[in-house]
Order: sequence, then C-alpha cells, then structure tokens
Amino acid sequence: MHRKVAANGNEAIANAMRIANPDVCGAYPITPATEIMQRFTTFVSNGKVKTEMVLAESEHSAMSACIGAAAAGGRVATATSSQGMALMWEMLFIASGLRLPIVMGMANRALSAPINIHGDHSDGMGARDCGWIHLYCENAQEAFDNMLMAFKLAEHMDVRLPVMVGMDGFITSHAIQTMEWIDDETAANFIGEYKSTNPLLDIKNPVSYGPLILADLYMEYRKAQEHVMSGVPKVVLDIAKEFEQISGRKYGLFEEYRLDDAEVAIVVMSSAAGTTKEIIDQFREKGIKVGLLKPRLFRPFPYAEVGEALKHLKAVAVLDRADCFGGSHGPLYVDIASALYNYAQRPVLINKIFGLGGRDYMPDHAEYVINELLQITKDGKVKSVKEYIGVRE
Amino acid sequence: MKTWKEVPPGAVITEPGSSRKFKTGSWRAFRPKWIPENCIQCLFCWIYCPDMSVKVKDGKRTEFDYDYCKGCGICALECPGKKGNKAIVMEEEGK
Repeated sequence: MHRKVAANGNEAIANAMRIANPDVCGAYPITPATEIMQRFTTFVSNGKVKTEMVLAESEHSAMSACIGAAAAGGRVATATSSQGMALMWEMLFIASGLRLPIVMGMANRALSAPINIHGDHSDGMGARDCGWIHLYCENAQEAFDNMLMAFKLAEHMDVRLPVMVGMDGFITSHAIQTMEWIDDETAANFIGEYKSTNPLLDIKNPVSYGPLILADLYMEYRKAQEHVMSGVPKVVLDIAKEFEQISGRKYGLFEEYRLDDAEVAIVVMSSAAGTTKEIIDQFREKGIKVGLLKPRLFRPFPYAEVGEALKHLKAVAVLDRADCFGGSHGPLYVDIASALYNYAQRPVLINKIFGLGGRDYMPDHAEYVINELLQITKDGKVKSVKEYIGVRE
Repeated sequence: MKTWKEVPPGAVITEPGSSRKFKTGSWRAFRPKWIPENCIQCLFCWIYCPDMSVKVKDGKRTEFDYDYCKGCGICALECPGKKGNKAIVMEEEGK
C-alpha cells in the first residue's frame, strides 16, 4: 500500500535511510540537514534501525567514520549541508577513490562568507568533481525516491561509488509537501541486501586500504575510476526502471518537460524546475513552444544524452543556483555548453545566475528568461551571455 | 606494470603481507650498527623500531634486518647501552 502523506524533504530522506537500515552512520549536524539526522537518530533510539550511530566532532570526522565503516564492510549513510560539505571535502575524494558505496543526503545550502543558511547549490557544485555520483531532486518525493535508489546505485557491483542526493535547503528540506511513501518491505526489498567487497573485518581474507600509489600507477587508477563513472548512467536507468515497477514513478538521467517540439528551453536543477514548469504551461497556452530540461544525474554528467535532447532548440537559458568566481559561467552552463559544442547546429546559449543564498526564484523570473529567449529567436541579438537575475542593480 | 584495466578497484591490497616485497632498506642514509658487547638485551630497540628490522631469536636480539631498516635512528636514540656506552650507533652509509 502506498500512503500519501504531508512530509518535508528531510523527513523523506530520513525515512529512506530508515528503510535502508545502514550498519553505520557517522554524522554531525548542520542546518538545514540537521533534521535528517535528528529524525534518524530517533529511529536509532527507538530501535527502528540497527544502525551504529557515530556522533563525530566535525564533518571531516563524520565522513572519516563513514569511510572506515564502509571499508570495514558495512552499509553506510550520512547527511550534510554547506560548510559541513566543505569540511568533508578532503574525505570525499578518499571515499570515491577507495570505491566505497556511501550514501549521503545533502540539503543544498549557500557557502560562507557572508554566512547564509539558505538554499543554493554552492556546496554541491564545490564537490562536483570529487568522484561522487550526484543526484538532484525537485521536491520531497524525488528526495525520497532518489535516496532509495541511491543505495541500490552506490552498492551496485558495477558501480561501488559514493552517491550524494541533493535537494534545495529549506525550500525542499523544510517545506511540507504531498508525497507518497512506499511501504517499508517493498522498498527494503528493492534496495536489497548489502554485499560487501573486500571488507576489513573479514579476518580470514586480510586486506589493506589506502596504499601509496605514485607516478608509476596513479594514472592507471584514475583512468579506471573515470571508466567506472562512464558506466554509471546505464545503471541509473536500469535501477529507475526497476523503481518504476514498485512506485509507478518514472525517472531518467534528466527530466524533459514539453521539450520535444520546443523552440526555446530553460535548463534548471532542483526546486526551481517546479516554478519554471508552471510558467512554461502558461506560455504553451498561448501557443509558444517552450520546454524544460531538469538534470537529475549531475555527476557523471550525461553529455551525449543532454546534447541530443537540446540540439534542436533555437535558444536555451541555463539557470545556475551557484556561480564560479573567476570562471566564465555558472557550473551547469559550462556542462550544457560542453554537451552542445560539438554539434554544428546548436542553440544560442545564455546563462542566468539566480537564487543565491535562498533568494526567491519567482514566476516572473522564469517569464523574463523565456521572453529573452523568444527575443533571441526573433532578432538573434544576445544582450549578455551571463547575467544575475533577481538582484538589485 | 599493470594497465588501468588490471588495477584492483579502490587500490585495495588483497594479498596479505605484500609489503615484504617492498624493500625499504634502500632509503637508508645512516646505518645502525649493533655492538653486542654493550648490549644488555633490554629489547628497547625491538619495541621502538617502527618497522620490524630488529630481529629477535629465543628472546635475544640478533643482527638488524637491513632489507627493511630505513635508518631512522630511533633504536640508537632509545638504546640505554651499558655503563654509558651505546650498543647501537648510527654510521653514514657508504663510508
């Protein structure tokens, strides 16, 4: 039985973790992800899970505990945000380099300074190249679904990589929405039993983790890691298909909304996609062909598939909820541009930076961007490739 | 040398004791010299050696294992010797 409930994103992620029943959870609280662990530790206290909770003294230690526990042979999960993610950064590369299938919920939040607790993608984007798989969620339902799928993905024998599941801090983590649970047994069966590979605790087969690999072999390990990453999209799709059977909900590498016959489109991740769809519907009612592409699998980025989905358009606006200081454009724009560059015929591409530090993304922002795209299709003039929107001039 | 297709996932070493194959003695710039007549067999050198380069047989230390001794000098520092005379001294390699 699938129960419809009112829940927020943190609750969704905490419950997916409860269903996965990790062996170990190393964590340190941080707004707005605190509630994930607050709820999860309640599950631990109430005996709903058999998890060994390690309350660390920092996120660096929390991730280190996760790494140790995963190497020891356990299913491991945690959650963080913002500065916590930043403090974990060093260990994130170690988790992926050791091929440890750790699953982490992430309530995306701005980075200091100035200090800000609200939603943007600076934390996730800062960790985009650390060898983790990144999944991004529009709402609480997707947070629950992606978190369940994340365990299966991370632990898949062709993958064995850590996965982070991002949702917008406060907007998704704290806003109560309508969503559907999947009953515990069905969801737990879907995730399956944890199978360890080379566990440290198997004393009959002793192993060593973390050796020194110098110039004679380091590059081979990096190439091997890159190769494993390249196989991830196929597994993501296989798992999504299996998930559809238990949930009735379809997931791809990205979501295409009214994109097939569109002439212009917006590319945007996470919660802002919901607002954008509303405005797209309004334009469609007027007969204007607008669409949306919402990336779900952000790392590894499915360049070929995204390129195919966008190449027919006349103009595309990429909306970034983070900026790369001193870089040319926002991080998502750079990936979309890479996906399209090798096509002889490709859309005009513009970049908008929006919603930093929890600044509201309003319906009229989407409208403003779509109108600019339509103007570009008419006169071909691009007033500026990159622009901050919703900022006081 | 292994290709990228042959390296083990996560660089995990599944062969126990494989560090034996990696002889670190070649790193040594200073060589510990054992002077048996000054040795009181306290085994401090055996305890303090960060490697396993002090060999003990029947409860008594024997010669150093120079295949693995990196010449760190901790044994010489810790050695109490006999009546003020050290049983381990460091000598420059190649002299």
